Amino acid sequence: MANDVIVSTNSTPKPRQPWAASPKDRVETALLFVGAAIASFILVAITPLKGKLAYVAVFFIAFIAIDFAFNYIKRGNAAAKDSIFRGFVTAAIVIAVMPIISILATVWIRGHKGLHWTLFTTDMHSATYTDPVSHGGLLHAMLGTALLVIFAIVLSVPIGILTAIYLTEINGRFARPIRFLVQAMSGVPSIVAGLFILAAIVYPMTKQYNGVEGSLALAILMIPTVARASEEVLLLIPGDLREAGVALGGTQWRTVAMVVVPAARSGLITAMILGVARIAGETAPLVLLTGGGDTKNANMFHGPMGSLPYYIWKGFTQGTPESVTRAWAGILVLLVLVLVLFGLARYLGNRKVGK
Amino acid sequence: MSSTLIEPKPGASNGATPAKREITTKPRFSDKVFRGVVTGGGLSSLVILGLILGFLLFEGYATLKSQGIHFLTGSNWQAVQNDAGTIDLKASHFGIAAMLVGTLVVATIAIVVGVPLSVGAAIYLTFYAPNFLKKLMVTMIDLMAAFPSILFGLWGFFILEGSAEYWAKILHKYLGFIPIFKMEVPYFSRSPFIAGLVLAIMIIPIVTSISREIFSQTPLDRIQAAYALGATRWAMIRAVAFPYARSGIVGGAMLGLGRAMGETVAVYTVLNIVYKVNFHVLISAGGNVASMILAKFGEASPAEVKALMAAGLVLFIVTLIVNSLATVIVSRSKAGR
Repeated sequence: MANDVIVSTNSTPKPRQPWAASPKDRVETALLFVGAAIASFILVAITPLKGKLAYVAVFFIAFIAIDFAFNYIKRGNAAAKDSIFRGFVTAAIVIAVMPIISILATVWIRGHKGLHWTLFTTDMHSATYTDPVSHGGLLHAMLGTALLVIFAIVLSVPIGILTAIYLTEINGRFARPIRFLVQAMSGVPSIVAGLFILAAIVYPMTKQYNGVEGSLALAILMIPTVARASEEVLLLIPGDLREAGVALGGTQWRTVAMVVVPAARSGLITAMILGVARIAGETAPLVLLTGGGDTKNANMFHGPMGSLPYYIWKGFTQGTPESVTRAWAGILVLLVLVLVLFGLARYLGNRKVGK
Repeated sequence: MSSTLIEPKPGASNGATPAKREITTKPRFSDKVFRGVVTGGGLSSLVILGLILGFLLFEGYATLKSQGIHFLTGSNWQAVQNDAGTIDLKASHFGIAAMLVGTLVVATIAIVVGVPLSVGAAIYLTFYAPNFLKKLMVTMIDLMAAFPSILFGLWGFFILEGSAEYWAKILHKYLGFIPIFKMEVPYFSRSPFIAGLVLAIMIIPIVTSISREIFSQTPLDRIQAAYALGATRWAMIRAVAFPYARSGIVGGAMLGLGRAMGETVAVYTVLNIVYKVNFHVLISAGGNVASMILAKFGEASPAEVKALMAAGLVLFIVTLIVNSLATVIVSRSKAGR
């Protein structure tokens, strides 16, 4: 008996996967690819079609046709239709991912030419955008973006988190309309946010461009992102924690402040970072509101404020090769910032809630 | 209750036993403050949206009043100065029809190109992709949502332009008999077609993520039932997944439409903004309301800025309506079953 048991535990059968591709299937798939490639080369060679696009298009059509014929003969009509559909959705994902790769590659290829160390230590007060790239830098722009983002965080994160707490903890009679409005607010075009600050603050009150106005516009764009991401996090906090807090005699205020929010801390930080990633590259309201200074300016309430998007914008609109190189270098810096923020949000978001 | 229970009388507590705590469902003072503050914070989105509407209406009212319905139907933008050097509202023409048409044209191209791609990508990610590929691609597409719009603009201008011009020429050559692909002057660069392609790429992340979310909620028992009946994957998707996700996809597409209509910088960068009604998508002339505001703002006089505010108001209302409809559709299709 004992022997039997040992034998059966030793030879636990590996789960079989009869649907997995066998070597024969793999060879067939490879042959299909090769066949389609050969067909596309021949077609491009003998017809007036030419160019990369022609190769890709003909390859795609040839592959679908050969795959269809093969499946039709081997497995019948239904399988053939299935193979066509698989071909189309695969093409869709390839086309959807291609721009991302192209964008990342372009930013690096064009942007790294404009990189040099003084870029991070000088501003543009003694250089113009059309000067050789080694003159001037974007210190003022980085400082400006940092200040604008910090002010936008200060303005929007409390409101966003309060909204999320209302939606999850109080869940009162306004919860449905507020959820709806937050969604609607996330679609407000950035230029409208800029125009609103222009109409509400610049013309009636300050009559000058400065950093705070830019931050206010960014905050409007950031609130919905923070609110929605925070709501999702707070919903993940188990109800047991709330009940435990109340059972210990805590009021709702103490339960939320001492139990729920600390438990959701890393998630709330993720929500904030997602909001920052959303607004860090926002250009239109800054063009309208900040005045786009070329020198370092740490005063948010006075004087034009430079920022990375404005620097890129100015470099692009000036249109000379040097200024465009500056714009690409600026984009590279901005993109690295966004990537770091995104990675951070991913890292924090993937950790278990409550840690 | 009998007298065997020893119960302190309400007034009889001395220093040794603490006062009996009042048990009530009435919130404490601190909770009242807390609820007040949180509700106030929650209502901020309503307040902000209301303020946007109010201020833009206030600033744009003079223009809307002097132009009337012509503001929406006219396609002339001319600020005429009177003798005093200020803008004469009666003689000036502010009409945004050209830009409204442009907005619609560009956003439609974005939807026509972007939505099928996104839905296909979502289907691949939900039903076909092996696990490691799925994670990688979902991350990449999410990352794309965080790209700044000016990056899409520059990429479209410097990289996509070349290929897209070539595609436009092919479209013109083989499909030129269709009215919208007609052109009188063969000048293909910076056309609404190219701007629409850039916007299509920009809406891929949002439409894909919403479609993917809804496809992934397809009830597993129905999927398995379809397979058990001998369905191929395509038959299962057509019979089970599509009907289930249809309204959600429509909602996602409308959210994408809202994005595409409000996009400013990318369109300004790629498109050659020309102030005339133009349905010929391959010709190098077009625009949308948002990019027009940005383009005119630089050299606008105060009165013209008020007209731009009115244009912003129209844009705000249109995008708000599209987004609200989309939100309703998406939330219904998520919660409805």
